[in-house]
Amino acid sequence: MMSDVVKFHFDVDGSDFSSAGAASVSVKKKLRQLGYSPEVIRRVSIAMYEGEINMVIHANGGTADVEASDDKIVIVLADKGPGIPDVELAMQAGYSTAKDHIRNLGFGAGMGLPNMIKYTDDLRIDTVVGEGTTITMTVLL
Amino acid sequence: MIREYEHSVSLDIEKCKGCTACLKRCPTEAIRIRNGHAVINSVRCIDCGECIRVCPYKAKKAIHDSLSVLKDYKYTVALPAPSLYGQFDNLDNIGYIIRGLLDLGFDDVFEVACAAELVSAYTRKYINREDVKKPVISSACPTIMRLISTNYPYLCENIMPILPPIDIAAMLAREKAMAEHPELRDEDIGIIFISPCPAKVSYVKNNFAGDRNYVSATVSVRDIYFALLDKMNKYKEEPYEVTEAGIIGIGWASTGGESTAILNDRYLAADGIENCIRVLDRIDSADITTLDFVELNACSGGCVGGAMTVANPYIAQARLQSLKRYLPVSPNRPASDWIPDKYFHEKEIEYNPYGLLSEDRRTAMRMMSDIECIAGALPGLDCGSCGAPNCMAFAEDIVKCEAGADECTVMLKRLMKERGIETERTEILRRFDEIIQNNHRDKEV
Repeated sequence: MMSDVVKFHFDVDGSDFSSAGAASVSVKKKLRQLGYSPEVIRRVSIAMYEGEINMVIHANGGTADVEASDDKIVIVLADKGPGIPDVELAMQAGYSTAKDHIRNLGFGAGMGLPNMIKYTDDLRIDTVVGEGTTITMTVLL
Repeated sequence: MIREYEHSVSLDIEKCKGCTACLKRCPTEAIRIRNGHAVINSVRCIDCGECIRVCPYKAKKAIHDSLSVLKDYKYTVALPAPSLYGQFDNLDNIGYIIRGLLDLGFDDVFEVACAAELVSAYTRKYINREDVKKPVISSACPTIMRLISTNYPYLCENIMPILPPIDIAAMLAREKAMAEHPELRDEDIGIIFISPCPAKVSYVKNNFAGDRNYVSATVSVRDIYFALLDKMNKYKEEPYEVTEAGIIGIGWASTGGESTAILNDRYLAADGIENCIRVLDRIDSADITTLDFVELNACSGGCVGGAMTVANPYIAQARLQSLKRYLPVSPNRPASDWIPDKYFHEKEIEYNPYGLLSEDRRTAMRMMSDIECIAGALPGLDCGSCGAPNCMAFAEDIVKCEAGADECTVMLKRLMKERGIETERTEILRRFDEIIQNNHRDKEV
């Protein structure tokens, strides 16, 4: 059967902060090979980058799964981190629980989730405190 | 139609052993080993010169014009890059270099460092404009320009539209020659750039700056070095010639020089092609809004690290530090605040991506699935013996029918084991066996 969906899987390493962002760079290259427009690639890569950084900062890493098809690109970021106690608050621009050493690196400005919303057509957060978070983002073509 | 990009890296097939040194070092995965020697994919190559630097057999060479090009013109002007000044030991006066160039047969010398000071002044004006997309990325390194134009569609607009010092120097040198020698026709004048890197050679050859080419030919710092040294060693007295450049212009030779000249601390200066790629990835995926200016040099140390230089880049930089001492800050200043139209790129840098698997999305997706599937089955050693830089690139090559699966030595060994094929015991293998047996025996005793 002809495959109408291409899937990519990445393990996002939470122990090495310097490697954070590598999966979204890799996805960018693959989407370019598939001929998606620069606009779509930019939206996917920014949203995924923000999500990837969040997983490393807050949840000690996790997995990233990307499904590219003819009409949309779906990004699923799953972690076994602490979960988000107040999703509404976390969505607010500028709200951040990142530690100082992360802020010193230029992250933790509280723009992660707002940017993920800004660059995607749909964003769903499934989170259970103490168990983990799964974020599903969709970029429509 | 997209014109094929002409490169400045060539390969001496006789010398190339087909080792994997350049294969692994190439930042754009442009090299493959085919039939025992390296092959460069011209669509992907960005002329960074990494393969020239890393080749243990000196099989990779930069292509450039030779000094004999002087004979092709009635009147020639040398355009020395500031990095040339850092090549000489115990030099305390740039005047010796200018004198030497004139004695080599050039009719005049126009220092690129002088034009660099004008560009710095224009940059300070340009980055303060309201309508400018930040961060402004320097247009001085042609390798970075080509990297952005093939990989970063959204950063094309960030590239500084003002021409780099090489073009402005060439333009001014030509105007000066015409004014001083009205009898000369345009084609009589040869503007010869003395380049530290192959990327500038390609930049000139491909008319990157626009339809009008300001530079006539490019010779390498390395080629001119010994001829120049020979002349310079003969001078008994201080030369009459003096440098017309200052601290800012000469500073462009090394990383940070161009940035510090914007006189504003919201800049980033990086060097080394891998670092530059990482910085561009960050600017591209996260919004770094706090920067006004980004200077990226493909070579470590900046232009002094070019693949066509002689001296170690850091030693060259140390020499430049002492050469700059007691020079004025920036003796070359624009006549007015207004930036002349002719100093702008004729057109914006265009995005020309590569790597598309197929024009047809369905086909591309099927190919991508195959690539993922094959890559998953490969050993993941990234050893390079198949001729591709890593297993993922090899999987792509297989799917694009550019390589066969049996080129993977690990897969081949597995295959032979499965089919029960014994390796032929050649004489050398028998000798290996003998050595191993002897060593085992010695250990037991």
